[in-house]
Amino acid sequence: MLPKELKERLEAEIKRVEHPRELAVDVMFAIQDHYGHLSDEALAEAAGLLGMTPLELDELATFYTFTFREPVGKYVIHVCDSVVCWINGYEPVKDYLCRTLGIDLGATTADGLFTLLPVCCIGYCDRSPAMLVNRRVYGNLTPEKIDGILEQCRSRR
Amino acid sequence: MHPQVLFKNRHPDRIATLEEYRASGGYQALADMIAHRTPAEVREIVLNATLLGRGGAAFPAGRKMATIADDAPFPRYLVCNADEMEPGTFKDRVMIHADPHMVLEGIAIAAWAVRAERCVIFIRPEYENAGRILEREIEIAEHNGLLGSRILGSSYSLDVVVHRSAGRYICGEVTAQMNALMGRRANPLQPPPYLTEKGLWDLPTLVHNVETLACLPHILLNGAEWFKKLAKTPTGAGTKLFGVSGKVKRPGCYELPIGIQLSEIIEDYAGGMIEGSEFKACLPGGASTAFLPRQHYHVEMDFDALKKVGNRLGTAAIMVFDHKTCLVAATLNLMEFFARESCGWCTPCREGLPYIRDLLALIEAGEGQAEFVPMLEQMRVHLYRSYCAFAPGAAAPLEGLLTHFRDELQEHIREKRCPFKGAEGSRGRGVE
Repeated sequence: MLPKELKERLEAEIKRVEHPRELAVDVMFAIQDHYGHLSDEALAEAAGLLGMTPLELDELATFYTFTFREPVGKYVIHVCDSVVCWINGYEPVKDYLCRTLGIDLGATTADGLFTLLPVCCIGYCDRSPAMLVNRRVYGNLTPEKIDGILEQCRSRR
Repeated sequence: MHPQVLFKNRHPDRIATLEEYRASGGYQALADMIAHRTPAEVREIVLNATLLGRGGAAFPAGRKMATIADDAPFPRYLVCNADEMEPGTFKDRVMIHADPHMVLEGIAIAAWAVRAERCVIFIRPEYENAGRILEREIEIAEHNGLLGSRILGSSYSLDVVVHRSAGRYICGEVTAQMNALMGRRANPLQPPPYLTEKGLWDLPTLVHNVETLACLPHILLNGAEWFKKLAKTPTGAGTKLFGVSGKVKRPGCYELPIGIQLSEIIEDYAGGMIEGSEFKACLPGGASTAFLPRQHYHVEMDFDALKKVGNRLGTAAIMVFDHKTCLVAATLNLMEFFARESCGWCTPCREGLPYIRDLLALIEAGEGQAEFVPMLEQMRVHLYRSYCAFAPGAAAPLEGLLTHFRDELQEHIREKRCPFKGAEGSRGRGVE
């Protein structure tokens, strides 16, 4: 169950717009931020608020890159593997992340802190190789820089 | 130094404030327009300026505006496309971070030209900072009577909101974007009806790219002739935001005249090739353009000139490859992108792209067969039978590989190995 405060905030936002389903992504993001991912129950709750069927909303939840239908770590790392990052060192960056975190792409660390995923071009080609951590961008990656970013995440846990 | 129009208030480390934008002549075009110009006059100036859409398709902006009929129903929508998911492209992000009010004034002008009362800015989730900047500056503009109800005391009102996407390449395709905005799966739609007849919520909708909109205040203020003369080539008009990346010393976004030579952009602005690298090819306008080989190194970066060499200016995102980069592997990477991002709506795209990717993967791994080349040729043609422009775009780099770097492809097959593998730097700068 969503906390009362969050539910009321979302209901108020939905009430303000002409077509509730235009807020589908905003509502999915808000609920995902709360639960960590969109479970079947969370998706049904979101669909109820939007006046959509769970199936209609699942068409979106399974379609987008940044909505998660399975549990993810507290920090989701999206490593850009598109062409500019690729020529500027995506593979060593990915290998370094996999080695340091002890996981493969698509997996979550045992402590539930990090999930590592590849992502298509994130629009920071001028700072490649680049990655996102919970949608925040980090560019010109080096092993030292990656260590620092991961350390920051761990200290914030 | 070439004239800076869109980037005239650009600072290296912060966004331009409303005060700075106004001090540089900002919102003057809007005030003049509301006081003295009819929507039809605005459309005519934009048409005469021959402003071509900056999102990649290069459709004349004035002509698009003119397709909204005078008696079209209300309310009408303007959508500012800030999705910018074409690989290599980051100019709209830089534009919004440099001078958000220039984009907002452009929005107010475009909406006036078609008498739209509502504007939605569609933005990709990776640009959350830009989304927040826009929301904040919209509020500031409303507070100053420049957006919102009764703009500058007139009867003109425009409501502007930011809509966040959850990230998919196809959302940049305008018809798919309408579905995304309406909370539906972002499949493309084939016209008719055109969006300018029946777009968002079945109402007339005009969609323009961020950079296209940012050009409008300057066109209104200085005239169509002035705008045309900004270009170096007679066929071009205006300046262009070139995003340069890859094997250059100073990757970044540069505002330069349309028609400037590629070599000048790379050498004088992007700092030249990185140490030990030689120019081999570039993608001149995003992942949906073809590899441009060395023989066209001095090509004029103009929509027309690139068409003449069998290419496209696209989003003017120049991705530079050096002599140590394997273009079979690069094409494989691009096909992996397109295969992953295909929305799956139609068969040629959904099935054709993974097929091409798999053939290239085998060739790159040294397991290619001679007949793979005609198979690639055949599959490339199938991509043109797809439902929207996504797959034909994906065909472009493959076409470039087959046309200009066929020897390299054949060598992989003949030698049963990638000739670049093991060579230092073939996979780019070392990180370890």
